[in-house]
Amino acid sequence: MDTTAPEKIPFLRDPAKLAILYQFLTVVGVGLLSYYLIGNTLANLERQSISTGFGFLEREAAFEIGETLIRYGAADSYGRALTVGFLNTLTVAFIGIVLTVLLGTFLGIARLSSNWLVAKLSSWYIEFFQDIPILLQLFFWYAFFYEILPSPREALNLMPGVFVCNRGLIFGVPHWHDAFKYAAAAFIVAWVLIFFIRRWAEQRQAATGRIFPLIRCSLALLIGLPLLAWWLSGAPTAMNVPQLTGFNFKGGISISPEFTALLLGLVLYTAAFVAEVVRAGIQSVGKGQREAAMSIGLKPAHVLNQVILPQALRVIVPPLTSQMLNLTKNSSLAVAIGYPDFVSVAGTTINQTGQAIEGVALIMIVYLVFSLSTSAFMNWYNKKIAIVER
Amino acid sequence: MEHTLPPKATVEIRPPVTEVGVIGWMKANLFNGWYNSALTLLVLYLLWLTVPPFVDWALINSTWIAGSDQCKASDGACWSVITYNIRFILFGFYPHDLQWRPLLAMALLVALLYYSQNRNHWHTSLAYAWVIGLFTMGLLLKGGLFGLESVESDNWGGLPLTLLLSVFGLTAAYPVGIILALGRQSEMPVIKSFCVVYIELIRGVPLISLLFMSSVVFPLFLPEGVTLNKILRAQIAIILFTAAYIAEVVRGGLQGMNKGQYEAAESLGLNYLQTMRLVILPQALKIVIPPSVSILISAFKDTSLVVIIALYDLLKTTQTTLTDPKWMGYSAEAYIFVALIYFICCFAMSNYSRRLEKELDTGL
Repeated sequence: MDTTAPEKIPFLRDPAKLAILYQFLTVVGVGLLSYYLIGNTLANLERQSISTGFGFLEREAAFEIGETLIRYGAADSYGRALTVGFLNTLTVAFIGIVLTVLLGTFLGIARLSSNWLVAKLSSWYIEFFQDIPILLQLFFWYAFFYEILPSPREALNLMPGVFVCNRGLIFGVPHWHDAFKYAAAAFIVAWVLIFFIRRWAEQRQAATGRIFPLIRCSLALLIGLPLLAWWLSGAPTAMNVPQLTGFNFKGGISISPEFTALLLGLVLYTAAFVAEVVRAGIQSVGKGQREAAMSIGLKPAHVLNQVILPQALRVIVPPLTSQMLNLTKNSSLAVAIGYPDFVSVAGTTINQTGQAIEGVALIMIVYLVFSLSTSAFMNWYNKKIAIVER
Repeated sequence: MEHTLPPKATVEIRPPVTEVGVIGWMKANLFNGWYNSALTLLVLYLLWLTVPPFVDWALINSTWIAGSDQCKASDGACWSVITYNIRFILFGFYPHDLQWRPLLAMALLVALLYYSQNRNHWHTSLAYAWVIGLFTMGLLLKGGLFGLESVESDNWGGLPLTLLLSVFGLTAAYPVGIILALGRQSEMPVIKSFCVVYIELIRGVPLISLLFMSSVVFPLFLPEGVTLNKILRAQIAIILFTAAYIAEVVRGGLQGMNKGQYEAAESLGLNYLQTMRLVILPQALKIVIPPSVSILISAFKDTSLVVIIALYDLLKTTQTTLTDPKWMGYSAEAYIFVALIYFICCFAMSNYSRRLEKELDTGL
């Protein structure tokens, strides 16, 4: 009997050893490349006498920003200017996401409508807006404001108190009154109440099978409570309506053409993608599910709430979040039409200070934070809604 | 017991007129129920409000070949802004009498694309045809060989530049993407983490930050005295960006592979490279052809962002035309024209991708 030990595997045929070799070589390769690039960069920076580091954030920015949420002047620091840009990016992304989800859901449902005309128009819209670069759409809307819309004197009056002209969108708002503070507080209270009612309704349904009319109840709370607070604190109705004086409007709130064009472009473009997501989600729920739900005697509203939507959302939410992220990333194109978002302010900073590496790194970090927090949310959500196999 | 069937009726009863033909179709698709009828009427009213004025502006009252003076007099669309500047919009600063070369290159590209869309032509020889074709296109643009006059890349612009950046970008990014995808699937922790970090980093940032990087940071990476031209730097940024997205698509294909395929290859004694090259990749890449076409569409649309770093692509040449005092104020017409070019290209590609998806769907 042959009892010799198994033949020794030659080094180049042993997967375990080869793996270590390959990884070692990769690390060395990446290390050498970085060493070369960093060496070059440091030499170049020294020759151009640019100091590295984020010290420039403390220096005076010396440029104005058209639209700011917080107080800012040219005498403030670069750090503050970048904060202004960051807040502007957040603003446009937040409003854009809300509008996009609304429009996209509407279009997605319209795409599946039994009305031929509505379904066709919606599918044409989706195809058309998906296939045109977002930047081109932004340029179009920007030109639309500056070239096609009239001056304030001939402003289009869309609704009472709402004007559109080449100075942007101008609309009336109520005069400030404490009542609105209370109404806002009541709105938050309503959300908290809904959270608890929902928990209770779920528990009761699990225990007894009785369904609570949650959506109607929540809507009533969300609208009713703020209205009640507003009414109780005096029901102020005075409006601050824009008035044409001389060459421009006074009063009301005016939104710049840059912001409106950016928002319009982002929303119309992303909504086309969201519509496809919504359509796919609705279609992913099998016909049998609806039939089964109807056959056990659920009302149409309950079929939708209790059976179709929970399953459709499982399909819709992951791609929907990635579309929201896309919208946020695309909002960086604001730089092309002059809206001072984060990238735009960072670009100005790079031009003025020459701190190219730090500037680009800041841009990347900001967007990475957005995308990493989105994927953290996604992981949490996927875990929460994962089908529990029994 | 036997039944005798009644004699066949001699008079065929036709469905009522209101259930078939145009009327029946309208009843079923436009006016089923009061809700849909109201919706149809509302939509028709909105269309009536918008479409006739648009047709009036775009077609009936429009100016097509007259100069800008006559455009100013008419209140319709001024398509002359396109007809007068078409060569600049399409070819940018490319020397006027050499513009047949980019035109020929584009024709070659279209011919290759058209030939490749038929799946019966998918052989190894097609890959060689593409390599030769891409080389010829580059040669036609650049010149400097075979008696062709050399044209500096600073003068490249317009549609050829847009196509160049997207087609070469995708071609160069594909191998990188495949390597990244294989790296991400690998069991070697160091390689895997490098690939994951790269892919997630690139996918997390907007393309414009990479383009900024290409225009302001890349020059710092190079040793003293070495410079890369602007187009090449933008092309590298687009390749780096697209590769990360391709990697994710290819990973989807790799994950779709049955585990039995790996085991079968292993039991035949194939090593890693052979397994991938002969067994896994041919099948995985076939699955991911339709999503790859979608990436080509995105790459094609995304190249328009090079406007921001001042490369003269199709969009930038259009904008430059619009800064000419003679043609100022006709942005709508010019942008609609460019939008149509983009739309036709993207629509053709997405239709193709959908058709391919159906054809390749083997029901697995």
